[in-house]
Amino acid sequence: MRAAAVYAMLGALALAAPLLGLYPVFLMKLLCFALFACAFNLLLGFTRMLSFGHAAFFGSAAYVTSWLVSVHGWGAVPGILAGVAVSLLLGLAIGAIAVRRQGIYFAMITLALAQLVYFICLQAEFTGGENGLQGVPRGSLFGLIALGPDATMYYFVLAVFAAVYLFIRRVVHSPFGQVLRAIRENEPRAISLGYRVNRYKLLAFVLSAGLAGLAGSLKSLVLGFATLSDVSQGTSGEVILMTLLGGSGTFLGPVLGAGIVVTLEEYLSDLVGAWVSVIIGAIFVICVMIFRRGFVGEIQRRFGTAVTRRS
Amino acid sequence: MKGEISVAACVAALALSASTRAAASDPVVIGIIDDFTGVYADVQGQGGVEAVKMAVADSGGSVLGRKVTVLSADHQNKPDIGASKFREWADQGGLNMLIGGSNTGVNIAMAKVALAKKVPFIPIGPGGSSLTGADCTPYSIHYAYDTTALANGTASVIVKSGGKSWFFITADYAFGTQLQDSATKVINANGGKVLGAVRVPLGTTDFSSFLLQAQASGAQVLGLANAGTDFSNSLKSANEFGITKTMKPAALLAFLSDIHSLTLQTAQGLYLTTAWYWDLNEETRAFAKRFFAIMKKEPTSTQAAYYSATLQYLKAVKAAGTTDADQVMAQLRKTRISDMFTKDGYIRADGLMVHSMYVMQVKTPAESKYPWDYYRVIKVMSGEDAYGSQPDPSCPFVKR
Repeated sequence: MRAAAVYAMLGALALAAPLLGLYPVFLMKLLCFALFACAFNLLLGFTRMLSFGHAAFFGSAAYVTSWLVSVHGWGAVPGILAGVAVSLLLGLAIGAIAVRRQGIYFAMITLALAQLVYFICLQAEFTGGENGLQGVPRGSLFGLIALGPDATMYYFVLAVFAAVYLFIRRVVHSPFGQVLRAIRENEPRAISLGYRVNRYKLLAFVLSAGLAGLAGSLKSLVLGFATLSDVSQGTSGEVILMTLLGGSGTFLGPVLGAGIVVTLEEYLSDLVGAWVSVIIGAIFVICVMIFRRGFVGEIQRRFGTAVTRRS
Repeated sequence: MKGEISVAACVAALALSASTRAAASDPVVIGIIDDFTGVYADVQGQGGVEAVKMAVADSGGSVLGRKVTVLSADHQNKPDIGASKFREWADQGGLNMLIGGSNTGVNIAMAKVALAKKVPFIPIGPGGSSLTGADCTPYSIHYAYDTTALANGTASVIVKSGGKSWFFITADYAFGTQLQDSATKVINANGGKVLGAVRVPLGTTDFSSFLLQAQASGAQVLGLANAGTDFSNSLKSANEFGITKTMKPAALLAFLSDIHSLTLQTAQGLYLTTAWYWDLNEETRAFAKRFFAIMKKEPTSTQAAYYSATLQYLKAVKAAGTTDADQVMAQLRKTRISDMFTKDGYIRADGLMVHSMYVMQVKTPAESKYPWDYYRVIKVMSGEDAYGSQPDPSCPFVKR
């Protein structure tokens, strides 16, 4: 019951937020990063695979969507779907190589391949190099509802976010999700039970990549650009930070983590400029030293509630 | 419960603060989005903000009975940060005009926001001529200089004085490539040729491999199509490598702050093109004296342009009797711009502010008589010679 109450309250808050005068573009950016962190959490929290290169999926989908929408005049939805398709394929390619290894080697392979994607985005003609793609129109939903106004776009992003959030919950609670957790807890035992562990891991990786791509595509339409920051190492690090800060392996953790990081960046960048990274880094250190499970993870442990995890 | 109540209170407070912003006696808000910490921080940076504040003070601190306030933000040379900040100010901060600081890439991104949000946008720091070409908007005024003028000044003087073969070290983004393109056109038109070019990422500190490529090309002129600390670092390295003994360095964009940090010993003899110099006449010296009192540095040409643009914008608001973007732009377009920055400025149909430019040569240490006495005027180019008299045909908003 308590979980339902928390979700009802959050849902009501999210629906009412733009009416309360909160800046919709900021809220949308927050939701996109929350989506990205949730996708990442599917991999880190529920399968314990630490990818250092998730920006590759986020960014390449952002580029593909921006390019198709601005240069080729595609609609918003086909553009997003194409972005997701590309990130799924990229996830398949990178995942197929990376899941063969575990732990630090897995992380290093994802890092290396993501850097490869970064340099492709830097050098390729269609990405606009250092300038990125700018002035991407938001278009409309199937030619019916124009997404230009911030409020409309906000509810669209919110709907997508809610759908993905429920989808991730469903995946984690499905038999497939249970196998992933088994792999997380004890991989050799999962193998001994007869599961083809690598296939499960690859599927989780591809799913996570696709959802990260969805976040990237949405972000590029919300803000109207795709730039090198989207594919850069910094973004990969940021999503790890969001997930760990909020609490990996919880459902609400990544959302809260994304909220904290995006809000800090937004408000501190005016005051301290590039020092934001230093401050966020310090917060991360404190988080690792004092509350390792992240905010939500720690609350769950202290109060033993099943607010965000029904395991 | 307690937590929920405090959340609700916060949300209500935010909602209130947002709604009170729309009152009629709102301040006139001028924004500056610039590089305050990176490679271009010395060119305008905090000095630019001070120059804008000086102009606001000189306009009486208010216009149409509304107080003038100045906002500034660091774009960290990232187009996404610049564009989001601009959008946020336009949506929420009641922004009336934005001054664009360094970095053409960031400014192209911000121009798209200016167009979408209909906010007058005056890029001063960036050089890229595409800001009044393919990336122009009806709300942009490219104010101080552009890559075309730099090339028409510096490159043509050097080619005519015998530097026929060139090798470029180019900053790898919109500004560098546009500067190289503009310079290449001028070089070819004057009978020179370009032997090669190497693109260097923004903020590089080790130029050795690029300089060796330049040396191996056997070109007479080392064209530096970069700016800020990229420029001073590349020129310093070229000096240390002894490359400047065999190749003549050409500074396609150098600011007074760069020459100051390089020292005359290193920079002497360089040709450069600038819109303004602090030691041109009594008026410029008077401005420089006031600026120096605050910043303890002489102003760069773009810092002076920050002052001038703010002054002209506030004058136009006063004359138009409104801050409405279209009416203020129309007012600015019919104004002859004459102040301490330029005497003969006017805004071309594509948004370029056409004004005279100076080709300068950096003095030798022996010629320099007092601190900051760095430049000698080689020639004065009329606005038409520097920028061309016709609007850029690639600008989609020019009516033909």
